[in-house]
Amino acid sequence: MRVIYAEQIKQTVKRLIYEANFFISSDISAAIDAGILAETSPAAVSALEQIRLNYKIAAEERIAVCQDTGMCIVFAEVGQDAHIEGGGFDAAINSAVSEAYGEFYLRKSVVSDPLYDRTNTRDNTPAVIHARIVGGESIRLLVICKGFGSENMSAVKMLKPAEGEAGVLDFIVDTAAKAGANACPPMILGVCVGGTFEQAALYAKLMTARGVDSANGDVRYAQLERTALERINSLGIGPAGLGGKTTCLKVNIHALPTHIAGLPAAVNVCCHASRHAEAVI
Amino acid sequence: MDTIKLTLPLKEEDILRLNAGDCVLLSGKTYTARDAAHKRIAEALAKGERLPFDLSGASIYYAGPAPASPGHVIGPCGPTTSGRMDAYTPQLLAQGLKCMIGKGERSQIVKEEIARHRAMYFVCVGGAAALLARHITNCRTVCYEDLGTEAVRELTLCDFPAFAALDLRGGDIYRR
Repeated sequence: MRVIYAEQIKQTVKRLIYEANFFISSDISAAIDAGILAETSPAAVSALEQIRLNYKIAAEERIAVCQDTGMCIVFAEVGQDAHIEGGGFDAAINSAVSEAYGEFYLRKSVVSDPLYDRTNTRDNTPAVIHARIVGGESIRLLVICKGFGSENMSAVKMLKPAEGEAGVLDFIVDTAAKAGANACPPMILGVCVGGTFEQAALYAKLMTARGVDSANGDVRYAQLERTALERINSLGIGPAGLGGKTTCLKVNIHALPTHIAGLPAAVNVCCHASRHAEAVI
Repeated sequence: MDTIKLTLPLKEEDILRLNAGDCVLLSGKTYTARDAAHKRIAEALAKGERLPFDLSGASIYYAGPAPASPGHVIGPCGPTTSGRMDAYTPQLLAQGLKCMIGKGERSQIVKEEIARHRAMYFVCVGGAAALLARHITNCRTVCYEDLGTEAVRELTLCDFPAFAALDLRGGDIYRR
Protein backbone atom coordinates (compact mmCIF):
# COMPACT_ATOMS: atom_id res chain seq x y z
CA MET A 1 0.00 0.00 0.00
CA ARG A 2 1.16 3.51 -0.81
CA VAL A 3 -0.10 6.74 0.72
CA ILE A 4 -1.05 9.51 -1.70
CA TYR A 5 -2.03 12.84 -0.19
CA ALA A 6 -5.09 14.75 -1.39
CA GLU A 7 -2.84 17.78 -1.74
CA GLN A 8 -0.72 15.92 -4.35
CA ILE A 9 -3.85 15.17 -6.34
CA LYS A 10 -4.94 18.80 -6.12
CA GLN A 11 -1.57 20.19 -7.23
CA THR A 12 -1.35 17.69 -10.08
CA VAL A 13 -4.81 18.54 -11.39
CA LYS A 14 -3.96 22.26 -11.19
CA ARG A 15 -0.81 21.70 -13.21
CA LEU A 16 -2.68 19.64 -15.81
CA ILE A 17 -5.35 22.34 -16.20
CA TYR A 18 -2.54 24.84 -16.78
CA GLU A 19 -0.78 22.66 -19.36
CA ALA A 20 -4.02 21.85 -21.18
CA ASN A 21 -5.15 25.45 -21.57
CA PHE A 22 -1.91 27.10 -22.67
CA PHE A 23 -0.05 24.42 -24.64
CA ILE A 24 -1.51 22.51 -27.59
CA SER A 25 0.15 19.15 -28.11
CA SER A 26 2.72 18.80 -30.92
CA ASP A 27 0.70 16.18 -32.85
CA ILE A 28 -2.11 18.72 -33.34
CA SER A 29 0.31 21.52 -34.34
CA ALA A 30 1.89 19.17 -36.90
CA ALA A 31 -1.55 18.33 -38.33
CA ILE A 32 -2.37 22.06 -38.66
CA ASP A 33 0.96 22.62 -40.45
CA ALA A 34 0.13 19.76 -42.85
CA GLY A 35 -3.28 21.35 -43.48
CA ILE A 36 -1.67 24.65 -44.44
CA LEU A 37 0.38 22.85 -47.09
CA ALA A 38 -2.62 20.91 -48.38
CA GLU A 39 -5.08 23.81 -48.69
CA THR A 40 -5.32 25.95 -51.81
CA SER A 41 -8.03 28.50 -51.02
CA PRO A 42 -6.81 31.72 -49.41
CA ALA A 43 -9.58 31.65 -46.76
CA ALA A 44 -8.70 28.10 -45.66
CA VAL A 45 -4.99 28.93 -45.48
CA SER A 46 -5.75 32.15 -43.60
CA ALA A 47 -7.90 30.29 -41.03
CA LEU A 48 -5.21 27.65 -40.43
CA GLU A 49 -2.49 30.28 -40.19
CA GLN A 50 -4.57 32.13 -37.59
CA ILE A 51 -4.96 28.88 -35.66
CA ARG A 52 -1.20 28.21 -35.81
CA LEU A 53 -0.34 31.75 -34.70
CA ASN A 54 -2.95 31.48 -31.96
CA TYR A 55 -1.25 28.40 -30.45
CA LYS A 56 2.06 30.29 -30.49
CA ILE A 57 0.63 33.39 -28.81
CA ALA A 58 -1.14 31.25 -26.21
CA ALA A 59 2.05 29.40 -25.25
CA GLU A 60 4.35 32.42 -25.30
CA GLU A 61 2.09 34.94 -23.59
CA ARG A 62 0.23 32.48 -21.35
CA ILE A 63 -3.16 33.41 -22.76
CA ALA A 64 -5.59 30.50 -22.91
CA VAL A 65 -5.83 28.98 -26.39
CA CYS A 66 -9.60 29.50 -26.38
CA GLN A 67 -11.88 31.71 -24.30
CA ASP A 68 -14.08 28.67 -23.71
CA THR A 69 -11.85 26.99 -21.17
CA GLY A 70 -14.57 24.43 -20.85
CA MET A 71 -15.93 22.14 -18.22
CA CYS A 72 -13.11 20.33 -16.49
CA ILE A 73 -13.37 16.57 -16.95
CA VAL A 74 -11.08 14.27 -14.98
CA PHE A 75 -10.58 10.61 -15.86
CA ALA A 76 -8.86 8.89 -12.96
CA GLU A 77 -7.43 5.39 -12.78
CA VAL A 78 -6.96 4.76 -9.09
CA GLY A 79 -4.68 1.90 -8.10
CA GLN A 80 -6.40 -0.34 -5.55
CA ASP A 81 -3.26 -0.30 -3.38
CA ALA A 82 -3.16 3.49 -3.19
CA HIS A 83 -4.50 5.03 0.00
CA ILE A 84 -5.62 8.66 -0.15
CA GLU A 85 -5.02 10.70 2.98
CA GLY A 86 -5.58 14.31 3.98
CA GLY A 87 -8.95 14.90 2.37
CA GLY A 88 -11.46 13.59 -0.13
CA PHE A 89 -10.63 12.67 -3.72
CA ASP A 90 -13.45 14.65 -5.35
CA ALA A 91 -12.86 17.59 -3.00
CA ALA A 92 -9.19 17.73 -4.01
CA ILE A 93 -10.11 17.86 -7.69
CA ASN A 94 -12.80 20.49 -7.21
CA SER A 95 -10.44 22.59 -5.12
CA ALA A 96 -7.88 22.36 -7.95
CA VAL A 97 -10.46 23.51 -10.50
CA SER A 98 -11.59 26.40 -8.32
CA GLU A 99 -8.05 27.64 -7.73
CA ALA A 100 -6.76 27.01 -11.26
CA TYR A 101 -9.62 28.78 -13.04
CA GLY A 102 -9.05 31.82 -10.80
CA GLU A 103 -5.24 31.94 -10.75
CA PHE A 104 -4.78 31.24 -14.46
CA TYR A 105 -7.48 33.69 -15.64
CA LEU A 106 -9.61 30.97 -17.19
CA ARG A 107 -13.27 31.49 -17.97
CA LYS A 108 -15.88 30.31 -15.51
CA SER A 109 -18.46 28.63 -17.70
CA VAL A 110 -20.44 26.36 -15.38
CA VAL A 111 -24.03 26.99 -14.26
CA SER A 112 -25.41 25.18 -11.22
CA ASP A 113 -28.88 24.45 -12.57
CA PRO A 114 -29.22 23.64 -16.27
CA LEU A 115 -32.84 24.59 -16.85
CA TYR A 116 -34.31 27.07 -14.39
CA ASP A 117 -31.69 29.18 -12.61
CA ARG A 118 -28.60 28.86 -14.83
CA THR A 119 -26.60 30.66 -12.16
CA ASN A 120 -22.85 30.68 -12.76
CA THR A 121 -20.96 28.86 -10.00
CA ARG A 122 -18.17 31.47 -10.41
CA ASP A 123 -15.26 29.04 -10.01
CA ASN A 124 -15.98 26.55 -12.82
CA THR A 125 -16.82 23.78 -10.35
CA PRO A 126 -18.00 21.11 -10.22
CA ALA A 127 -15.54 19.07 -12.25
CA VAL A 128 -16.89 16.03 -14.07
CA ILE A 129 -15.07 13.09 -12.46
CA HIS A 130 -14.88 9.56 -13.84
CA ALA A 131 -12.87 7.29 -11.54
CA ARG A 132 -12.05 3.64 -12.15
CA ILE A 133 -10.27 1.25 -9.83
CA VAL A 134 -7.27 -0.51 -11.40
CA GLY A 135 -4.34 -2.58 -10.16
CA GLY A 136 -1.23 -1.02 -8.61
CA GLU A 137 -0.60 1.81 -6.18
CA SER A 138 -0.52 4.81 -8.54
CA ILE A 139 -3.17 7.25 -9.67
CA ARG A 140 -3.33 8.19 -13.35
CA LEU A 141 -5.12 11.46 -14.05
CA LEU A 142 -6.28 12.68 -17.44
CA VAL A 143 -7.68 16.22 -17.47
CA ILE A 144 -9.78 17.36 -20.42
CA CYS A 145 -10.99 20.97 -20.57
CA LYS A 146 -13.88 20.64 -22.99
CA GLY A 147 -15.47 23.56 -24.79
CA PHE A 148 -19.15 23.39 -25.61
CA GLY A 149 -19.17 24.73 -29.18
CA SER A 150 -18.11 21.25 -30.21
CA GLU A 151 -19.68 19.37 -27.28
CA ASN A 152 -23.10 20.63 -28.42
CA MET A 153 -22.61 18.94 -31.79
CA SER A 154 -21.91 15.48 -30.31
CA ALA A 155 -24.34 12.57 -30.64
CA VAL A 156 -25.19 9.08 -29.44
CA LYS A 157 -27.13 6.65 -31.62
CA MET A 158 -28.38 3.18 -30.85
CA LEU A 159 -27.95 1.48 -34.21
CA LYS A 160 -29.33 -1.89 -35.18
CA PRO A 161 -26.70 -4.65 -35.54
CA ALA A 162 -27.86 -5.10 -39.17
CA GLU A 163 -26.78 -1.53 -39.95
CA GLY A 164 -23.18 -2.67 -39.44
CA GLU A 165 -20.09 -0.84 -40.62
CA ALA A 166 -21.96 1.25 -43.20
CA GLY A 167 -24.41 2.48 -40.56
CA VAL A 168 -21.62 3.41 -38.15
CA LEU A 169 -19.70 5.17 -40.90
CA ASP A 170 -22.75 7.18 -42.02
CA PHE A 171 -23.48 8.19 -38.42
CA ILE A 172 -19.90 9.43 -37.88
CA VAL A 173 -19.85 11.39 -41.17
CA ASP A 174 -23.36 12.82 -40.65
CA THR A 175 -22.42 14.01 -37.16
CA ALA A 176 -19.37 15.82 -38.57
CA ALA A 177 -21.45 17.32 -41.39
CA LYS A 178 -24.05 18.64 -38.94
CA ALA A 179 -21.31 20.00 -36.67
CA GLY A 180 -19.92 22.11 -39.52
CA ALA A 181 -18.54 25.49 -38.54
CA ASN A 182 -20.12 25.37 -35.07
CA ALA A 183 -17.55 22.82 -33.90
CA CYS A 184 -14.55 25.02 -34.80
CA PRO A 185 -13.08 22.80 -37.52
CA PRO A 186 -10.68 21.27 -38.19
CA MET A 187 -12.31 19.03 -35.62
CA ILE A 188 -11.22 15.86 -33.87
CA LEU A 189 -13.77 13.06 -33.44
CA GLY A 190 -13.77 10.71 -30.50
CA VAL A 191 -15.89 7.68 -31.36
CA CYS A 192 -16.95 4.62 -29.42
CA VAL A 193 -18.74 1.68 -30.99
CA GLY A 194 -20.36 -0.87 -28.72
CA GLY A 195 -20.79 -0.97 -24.96
CA THR A 196 -23.96 0.51 -23.50
CA PHE A 197 -25.61 3.91 -23.95
CA GLU A 198 -23.56 5.69 -21.29
CA GLN A 199 -20.36 3.69 -21.77
CA ALA A 200 -20.20 4.58 -25.48
CA ALA A 201 -20.42 8.29 -24.65
CA LEU A 202 -17.76 7.98 -21.96
CA TYR A 203 -15.24 6.25 -24.20
CA ALA A 204 -16.00 8.62 -27.07
CA LYS A 205 -14.88 11.44 -24.77
CA LEU A 206 -11.68 9.55 -23.93
CA MET A 207 -10.98 9.09 -27.63
CA THR A 208 -10.90 12.87 -28.19
CA ALA A 209 -7.66 12.82 -26.17
CA ARG A 210 -5.98 9.76 -27.75
CA GLY A 211 -3.88 11.97 -30.04
CA VAL A 212 -4.19 12.75 -33.75
CA ASP A 213 -1.11 10.68 -34.54
CA SER A 214 -2.58 7.47 -33.04
CA ALA A 215 -4.48 4.55 -34.56
CA ASN A 216 -6.71 1.77 -33.28
CA GLY A 217 -4.65 -1.41 -32.75
CA ASP A 218 -7.13 -3.54 -34.73
CA VAL A 219 -6.50 -3.07 -38.47
CA ARG A 220 -10.23 -3.15 -39.24
CA TYR A 221 -10.97 -0.27 -36.90
CA ALA A 222 -7.83 1.58 -38.01
CA GLN A 223 -9.16 1.32 -41.58
CA LEU A 224 -12.59 2.55 -40.42
CA GLU A 225 -10.87 5.54 -38.81
CA ARG A 226 -9.15 6.37 -42.12
CA THR A 227 -12.28 5.84 -44.22
CA ALA A 228 -14.35 8.08 -41.94
CA LEU A 229 -11.64 10.75 -42.03
CA GLU A 230 -11.46 10.69 -45.83
CA ARG A 231 -15.23 10.97 -46.19
CA ILE A 232 -15.41 13.87 -43.72
CA ASN A 233 -12.56 15.69 -45.44
CA SER A 234 -14.34 15.35 -48.77
CA LEU A 235 -17.41 17.21 -47.40
CA GLY A 236 -15.76 20.55 -48.21
CA ILE A 237 -16.48 22.18 -44.82
CA GLY A 238 -12.84 23.18 -44.33
CA PRO A 239 -11.04 25.15 -41.63
CA ALA A 240 -13.47 27.36 -39.65
CA GLY A 241 -16.15 26.15 -42.10
CA LEU A 242 -14.74 28.45 -44.80
CA GLY A 243 -14.38 25.63 -47.34
CA GLY A 244 -11.46 23.32 -47.95
CA LYS A 245 -10.01 19.89 -47.33
CA THR A 246 -9.01 20.18 -43.68
CA THR A 247 -12.33 19.56 -41.91
CA CYS A 248 -11.18 16.86 -39.49
CA LEU A 249 -7.71 16.07 -38.18
CA LYS A 250 -8.46 12.57 -36.87
CA VAL A 251 -11.21 10.08 -36.12
CA ASN A 252 -10.29 7.97 -33.09
CA ILE A 253 -12.44 4.87 -32.63
CA HIS A 254 -12.70 2.60 -29.60
CA ALA A 255 -14.64 -0.66 -29.72
CA LEU A 256 -16.30 -2.35 -26.73
CA PRO A 257 -18.23 -5.59 -26.12
CA THR A 258 -21.95 -5.02 -26.48
CA HIS A 259 -25.33 -6.77 -26.25
CA ILE A 260 -26.60 -9.23 -28.89
CA ALA A 261 -29.43 -6.80 -29.71
CA GLY A 262 -27.38 -3.63 -29.97
CA LEU A 263 -24.85 -1.54 -31.82
CA PRO A 264 -24.46 1.70 -29.84
CA ALA A 265 -22.26 4.40 -31.32
CA ALA A 266 -21.20 7.71 -29.79
CA VAL A 267 -19.41 10.57 -31.50
CA ASN A 268 -17.88 13.21 -29.26
CA VAL A 269 -16.95 16.21 -31.38
CA CYS A 270 -13.90 18.19 -30.30
CA CYS A 271 -12.51 21.37 -31.84
CA HIS A 272 -8.94 21.48 -33.15
CA ALA A 273 -7.84 22.92 -29.80
CA SER A 274 -8.17 19.65 -27.90
CA ARG A 275 -7.09 20.64 -24.44
CA HIS A 276 -5.94 17.68 -22.42
CA ALA A 277 -3.01 16.66 -20.25
CA GLU A 278 -2.22 13.65 -18.11
CA ALA A 279 0.06 12.58 -15.29
CA VAL A 280 0.70 9.65 -13.00
CA ILE A 281 1.09 10.13 -9.25
CA MET B 1 -5.47 37.48 -49.80
CA ASP B 2 -7.19 40.82 -50.41
CA THR B 3 -8.72 42.34 -47.33
CA ILE B 4 -11.28 45.09 -46.95
CA LYS B 5 -10.83 47.48 -44.03
CA LEU B 6 -14.13 48.46 -42.44
CA THR B 7 -15.05 50.77 -39.61
CA LEU B 8 -17.85 50.06 -37.14
CA PRO B 9 -20.58 51.19 -37.04
CA LEU B 10 -21.01 49.95 -40.61
CA LYS B 11 -22.32 52.29 -43.25
CA GLU B 12 -25.07 51.25 -45.64
CA GLU B 13 -22.61 51.48 -48.55
CA ASP B 14 -20.26 49.02 -46.79
CA ILE B 15 -23.05 46.48 -46.41
CA LEU B 16 -24.13 46.92 -50.04
CA ARG B 17 -20.69 46.25 -51.49
CA LEU B 18 -19.70 43.26 -49.35
CA ASN B 19 -19.82 39.76 -50.81
CA ALA B 20 -20.04 36.56 -48.77
CA GLY B 21 -16.49 35.25 -48.38
CA ASP B 22 -14.82 38.67 -48.37
CA CYS B 23 -11.95 38.85 -45.94
CA VAL B 24 -12.30 41.95 -43.76
CA LEU B 25 -10.48 43.77 -40.97
CA LEU B 26 -12.91 45.42 -38.57
CA SER B 27 -12.08 48.49 -36.49
CA GLY B 28 -14.30 50.49 -34.16
CA LYS B 29 -16.84 49.72 -31.49
CA THR B 30 -18.91 46.61 -30.93
CA TYR B 31 -20.86 45.24 -28.00
CA THR B 32 -20.52 41.67 -26.81
CA ALA B 33 -23.61 39.65 -25.95
CA ARG B 34 -24.27 35.94 -25.84
CA ASP B 35 -26.97 33.58 -24.53
CA ALA B 36 -27.84 35.03 -21.12
CA ALA B 37 -27.60 38.68 -22.24
CA HIS B 38 -29.84 37.98 -25.23
CA LYS B 39 -32.41 36.43 -22.92
CA ARG B 40 -32.37 39.55 -20.73
CA ILE B 41 -32.61 41.86 -23.73
CA ALA B 42 -35.60 39.90 -25.04
CA GLU B 43 -37.29 39.97 -21.62
CA ALA B 44 -36.75 43.73 -21.34
CA LEU B 45 -38.19 44.29 -24.83
CA ALA B 46 -41.19 42.07 -24.02
CA LYS B 47 -41.93 44.25 -20.98
CA GLY B 48 -41.56 47.41 -23.07
CA GLU B 49 -38.52 48.50 -21.06
CA ARG B 50 -35.79 50.72 -22.43
CA LEU B 51 -32.54 48.82 -23.02
CA PRO B 52 -29.44 49.87 -21.09
CA PHE B 53 -27.62 50.37 -24.39
CA ASP B 54 -28.67 51.58 -27.82
CA LEU B 55 -28.87 48.90 -30.52
CA SER B 56 -29.55 51.38 -33.33
CA GLY B 57 -26.79 50.96 -35.90
CA ALA B 58 -24.88 48.84 -33.40
CA SER B 59 -22.74 45.73 -33.74
CA ILE B 60 -22.82 42.67 -31.47
CA TYR B 61 -19.95 40.20 -31.17
CA TYR B 62 -21.19 36.84 -29.89
CA ALA B 63 -18.43 36.29 -27.36
CA GLY B 64 -17.76 35.66 -23.71
CA PRO B 65 -14.12 36.50 -22.98
CA ALA B 66 -11.96 34.90 -20.33
CA PRO B 67 -10.71 37.34 -17.66
CA ALA B 68 -7.80 39.62 -18.60
CA SER B 69 -4.48 38.69 -17.05
CA PRO B 70 -2.22 41.54 -15.87
CA GLY B 71 -0.96 43.68 -18.75
CA HIS B 72 -3.81 42.74 -21.08
CA VAL B 73 -6.96 44.66 -22.09
CA ILE B 74 -9.02 41.48 -22.26
CA GLY B 75 -8.55 37.71 -21.99
CA PRO B 76 -8.87 35.37 -24.96
CA CYS B 77 -11.99 36.35 -26.88
CA GLY B 78 -13.04 34.19 -29.82
CA PRO B 79 -16.51 33.79 -31.33
CA THR B 80 -19.24 31.57 -29.90
CA THR B 81 -21.86 29.74 -31.98
CA SER B 82 -24.22 32.35 -33.44
CA GLY B 83 -27.08 29.95 -34.08
CA ARG B 84 -27.91 29.86 -30.37
CA MET B 85 -28.86 33.54 -30.63
CA ASP B 86 -31.18 33.00 -33.63
CA ALA B 87 -34.29 32.89 -31.47
CA TYR B 88 -33.63 36.47 -30.34
CA THR B 89 -32.00 38.03 -33.42
CA PRO B 90 -35.15 39.21 -35.28
CA GLN B 91 -36.15 41.29 -32.23
CA LEU B 92 -32.69 42.85 -32.06
CA LEU B 93 -32.68 43.62 -35.78
CA ALA B 94 -36.03 45.37 -35.29
CA GLN B 95 -34.26 47.57 -32.71
CA GLY B 96 -31.74 48.62 -35.35
CA LEU B 97 -28.91 46.08 -34.91
CA LYS B 98 -26.76 46.33 -38.05
CA CYS B 99 -23.87 43.96 -37.54
CA MET B 100 -23.22 40.61 -35.90
CA ILE B 101 -19.90 38.78 -35.49
CA GLY B 102 -19.77 35.11 -34.54
CA LYS B 103 -19.29 31.66 -36.00
CA GLY B 104 -21.49 29.14 -37.77
CA GLU B 105 -24.65 29.12 -39.81
CA ARG B 106 -27.79 31.14 -39.12
CA SER B 107 -31.35 29.88 -39.51
CA GLN B 108 -33.23 30.61 -42.73
CA ILE B 109 -35.53 33.06 -40.90
CA VAL B 110 -32.58 34.97 -39.45
CA LYS B 111 -30.84 35.10 -42.83
CA GLU B 112 -33.98 36.60 -44.37
CA GLU B 113 -34.34 39.09 -41.53
CA ILE B 114 -30.68 40.14 -41.85
CA ALA B 115 -31.25 40.82 -45.56
CA ARG B 116 -34.55 42.63 -44.95
CA HIS B 117 -32.94 44.95 -42.39
CA ARG B 118 -29.86 45.41 -44.61
CA ALA B 119 -27.61 44.20 -41.83
CA MET B 120 -24.40 42.15 -41.98
CA TYR B 121 -23.15 38.94 -40.40
CA PHE B 122 -19.42 38.33 -40.10
CA VAL B 123 -17.67 35.18 -38.92
CA CYS B 124 -14.21 34.78 -37.48
CA VAL B 125 -12.01 31.78 -36.73
CA GLY B 126 -13.12 29.70 -33.74
CA GLY B 127 -10.25 28.68 -31.54
CA ALA B 128 -8.12 31.70 -32.42
CA ALA B 129 -9.09 33.53 -29.25
CA ALA B 130 -5.64 34.63 -28.06
CA LEU B 131 -4.89 36.02 -31.53
CA LEU B 132 -8.26 37.80 -31.78
CA ALA B 133 -7.77 39.37 -28.33
CA ARG B 134 -4.71 41.17 -29.75
CA HIS B 135 -7.09 43.06 -32.02
CA ILE B 136 -9.19 44.36 -29.13
CA THR B 137 -7.72 47.60 -27.81
CA ASN B 138 -10.30 48.56 -25.19
CA CYS B 139 -12.97 46.82 -23.13
CA ARG B 140 -15.56 48.19 -20.71
CA THR B 141 -18.57 46.57 -19.11
CA VAL B 142 -21.85 48.17 -20.18
CA CYS B 143 -24.51 46.22 -18.25
CA TYR B 144 -25.61 42.88 -16.78
CA GLU B 145 -22.31 42.67 -14.87
CA ASP B 146 -23.76 39.92 -12.65
CA LEU B 147 -23.63 37.59 -15.68
CA GLY B 148 -19.83 37.41 -15.46
CA THR B 149 -18.40 36.47 -18.84
CA GLU B 150 -21.89 36.89 -20.31
CA ALA B 151 -22.15 40.58 -19.33
CA VAL B 152 -22.56 43.09 -22.16
CA ARG B 153 -19.21 44.74 -22.88
CA GLU B 154 -18.20 47.45 -25.31
CA LEU B 155 -15.05 46.51 -27.22
CA THR B 156 -12.88 48.63 -29.44
CA LEU B 157 -11.61 46.55 -32.33
CA CYS B 158 -8.49 47.29 -34.36
CA ASP B 159 -8.05 45.37 -37.64
CA PHE B 160 -10.00 42.43 -36.22
CA PRO B 161 -9.84 39.63 -38.85
CA ALA B 162 -13.20 38.29 -40.03
CA PHE B 163 -15.08 37.14 -43.12
CA ALA B 164 -18.38 38.40 -44.54
CA ALA B 165 -20.68 35.41 -44.04
CA LEU B 166 -23.76 36.70 -45.89
CA ASP B 167 -24.48 39.38 -48.45
CA LEU B 168 -27.54 41.18 -49.73
CA ARG B 169 -27.50 39.14 -52.96
CA GLY B 170 -28.24 35.88 -51.15
CA GLY B 171 -24.62 34.79 -50.81
CA ASP B 172 -23.68 32.59 -47.85
CA ILE B 173 -20.09 31.67 -47.01
CA TYR B 174 -21.24 28.23 -45.82
CA ARG B 175 -23.29 27.44 -48.98
CA ARG B 176 -20.87 27.51 -51.87
